[in-house]
Amino acid sequence: MRRYVIKRLGQAVGVLWAAYTVSFLVLDYLPGDPVTAMASAGMDSGQVDPQQIAALRHEYGFDKPVLVQYAEYLGRAVRGDFGDSVSTGRPVTSALADALPQTLQLTGAALLLAVVLGGALAVLATYTAQRWLRQLLLSLPPLGVSVPTFWVGLLLVETFSFRLHWFPAFGNDGFKGLVLPALTLAVPTGAQIAQVLAKSLLTALDQAYVETARAKGAGRWRVHLRHALRNAALPALTVVGLLVGQLIAGSVVVETVFSRDGLGRVTAAAVTAQDIPLVQGVVVFGALIFVMTNLVIDLVYPLFDPRLVVASGRKAALA
Amino acid sequence: MTALSDARTSRWAVLTALVTTSVVLTACGSGGGDSGSGAGQPTSGGTLTFAVGSDAGCVDPQQVASNETIYSVRQIVDSLTDQDPKTGTIVPWLAKSWDVSSDATTFTFHLRSDVTFSDGSKLTAQVVKDNFDAVPKLGALGTLAEGYLSGVKSTTVVDPLTVKVTFSQPNAQFLQATSTHSLGIESSASVKRTPQQKCSDGVIGSGPFVLKQYVQNQSITLAKRTGYAWGSSQWSKKGEAYLDKLVFKVVPEAGVRAGSLQSGQVDAISSVGKANEAALKGGQVTLQRRANPGVVFGLGLNNARPALKDTRVRQAIVSAIDRQQIADTVFPTGTRAATSVLAQTTPDYTSLASDLTSDAAKAKALLDLSGWKMGSDGIRTKDGKKLSLTVKWFPNASTNQPALELIQQQLKAVGVEVVLKQLQVTQFAPTLQSGDFDAVWGNVTRADPDILRSSFSTKLANFYHLPASSLDTALSEQAATVDAAKRRQLVTQVQQSLVRNAYYVPVVELQTQLGVAKKVHDVNFDASSRIQLHDTWIG
Repeated sequence: MRRYVIKRLGQAVGVLWAAYTVSFLVLDYLPGDPVTAMASAGMDSGQVDPQQIAALRHEYGFDKPVLVQYAEYLGRAVRGDFGDSVSTGRPVTSALADALPQTLQLTGAALLLAVVLGGALAVLATYTAQRWLRQLLLSLPPLGVSVPTFWVGLLLVETFSFRLHWFPAFGNDGFKGLVLPALTLAVPTGAQIAQVLAKSLLTALDQAYVETARAKGAGRWRVHLRHALRNAALPALTVVGLLVGQLIAGSVVVETVFSRDGLGRVTAAAVTAQDIPLVQGVVVFGALIFVMTNLVIDLVYPLFDPRLVVASGRKAALA
Repeated sequence: MTALSDARTSRWAVLTALVTTSVVLTACGSGGGDSGSGAGQPTSGGTLTFAVGSDAGCVDPQQVASNETIYSVRQIVDSLTDQDPKTGTIVPWLAKSWDVSSDATTFTFHLRSDVTFSDGSKLTAQVVKDNFDAVPKLGALGTLAEGYLSGVKSTTVVDPLTVKVTFSQPNAQFLQATSTHSLGIESSASVKRTPQQKCSDGVIGSGPFVLKQYVQNQSITLAKRTGYAWGSSQWSKKGEAYLDKLVFKVVPEAGVRAGSLQSGQVDAISSVGKANEAALKGGQVTLQRRANPGVVFGLGLNNARPALKDTRVRQAIVSAIDRQQIADTVFPTGTRAATSVLAQTTPDYTSLASDLTSDAAKAKALLDLSGWKMGSDGIRTKDGKKLSLTVKWFPNASTNQPALELIQQQLKAVGVEVVLKQLQVTQFAPTLQSGDFDAVWGNVTRADPDILRSSFSTKLANFYHLPASSLDTALSEQAATVDAAKRRQLVTQVQQSLVRNAYYVPVVELQTQLGVAKKVHDVNFDASSRIQLHDTWIG
């Protein structure tokens, strides 16, 4: 068990380093740097003296060779110092720490909604004996996955904020402000959970142990929830781990549509301004959350299926 | 930065329009008038909630260049002078009066004696000197402010309430520059802080409002400065502002801004594009518009390119473009086709409408005359070379692409091929510097005609590679001329030379359009088409 955890932590460090390096290379490949971005920002207010740009570039160290910049950044990042944001001058870590609670609230609420709604949809669709109802319910997840998130967001705002005045259209204020964004973000996520869970539930219901349970006189609900769902939940759980990454990515769109503060908005602003230290911070941070979630999920598999021994890893468990 | 959010939201504009159609259907009543002023007696008190599209990440007026953030930070500081938006005349504010030397190199300001900053310190000549000494050090962080003071030799304290600014060269634009937010006066304590500290924590000013809270990407909250008594001579209310509180919310999605205004969640919004006008017409909203002064949107030609060295080719491009069609189809209602290099709201603007009419036949004749013969593919050639222009543009406004696509069609009709190349906004400054373009699409906002010198004098950066000519002399002379009538004459001469030689291809004026709830009165545009909220009231 301990060896397994150590091995997984080693992998996690590898993933973080890779995320850091790839994002650095991508940003370096883009034309321009944060200083030209700054100089171009007020482009309708006249031109900037090239000498000043050069001076500022020197001040921030963007005139050094790429490898030197990379080594310097990495050396500081390892010690937890991601430097200061170029566009605002604030330390990257404090900018992220400020944005994190908002995004955790949003993605947490969205994940909860997605699991509850997606799970309920899958269970109902596979439970119902009505053929037409099953078909209808099973066609919802592909729809949920395919509609663009920002469109769902705008539709919800239009209906529940502009017309019915139930919820605010923007901002981070309290529970009311969380409902629409969380729902928007939950739609594609819940749809994917429902897709995977419904499929594995249908497979499970064909298994011999279900026959056995029925033969022993278990009721339909009991067979469905106690026997089939428990076996069918593992693939869905794996998907949830992957969806956490998607939720963080989705927060970029949702936080923009709903004008919420959070990691997504910080990311969008940082990329626009080519604010390298801030983008690096966001990438490593996002990767960290993703890696941690998946590690935790691997560790909770045995709770769902006592037959699994953690040391054998996820692949063996699903084989 | 402002405009980026516009570009980002542009692909949503169609969807937003679909979604908001329902609002149009249910909206009743007729279209609003031009301004929300007039009705009833002004009353004090209340909070104005204003939704803007972006946050510059900085709340220091001396550093901010994005209109969306200037709207709020402008209210924190006062300037030495103010500018009458109707006439362009410079009028007293923190300075009761001023003297300008006849060669426009020395500016002496006589300050009011009753002005205090919100930290209790007094406005003195020393404070003004501290500000003007610090601004050049902002460099690329405060390009606007730094540019206004470029060539400054010294700022000296003559007596506690008299300050003298001396330039090494004539600099007539400086007087107008002292009226801008960029040279807004900050307290000595603020001036001593680093640019980064001023950005994130804000500054202490003497303005009618005080910064209460800044939450990045979220909101800027201002409160009324009690005891304020030194308002601009331009304002109608004496003393304190009417409103108790101003809350600027950052709402990036244009459709959400419009819906929030329509549903009463905010009182005013910025950057209303054509796509959202329909949703806002009628009901409880007034659309307020004003053209931005400065150089109009147009094609900044690289006059050093072989094909573009020929005046007739450039004139043909000017004639081939149908400005009215572009203004009407792409830009917000009320946008005017360019009638000079300068917008109509710029002081000393001259109408050259007759030189800027659309005339495809004339364009074709000019091109024929210069030896560009029509090829079989509809593109003209000369000596085996195609007449093709690469226009580089930047997604800083959602109108850029459709406007350029129309220009592309209009020029194609006379046999000129236009290749559009979109670059990142971050590439704007490097592109101009490198000169690697046939033409760039852009505009510059400035309420002083000296912007023509910064843009087109061959003695300065000369990004458009104009040949040295008598134009330079006129540009330098206007910068050294204090006499208003004489300066106007020189600026007129400059505009005629730029338009008739077609060094720049003027297309449309940039128009600022705000949506304001009918209960909000006197949201007034200043001379730079930004807003002052001292006179604003709700009732």
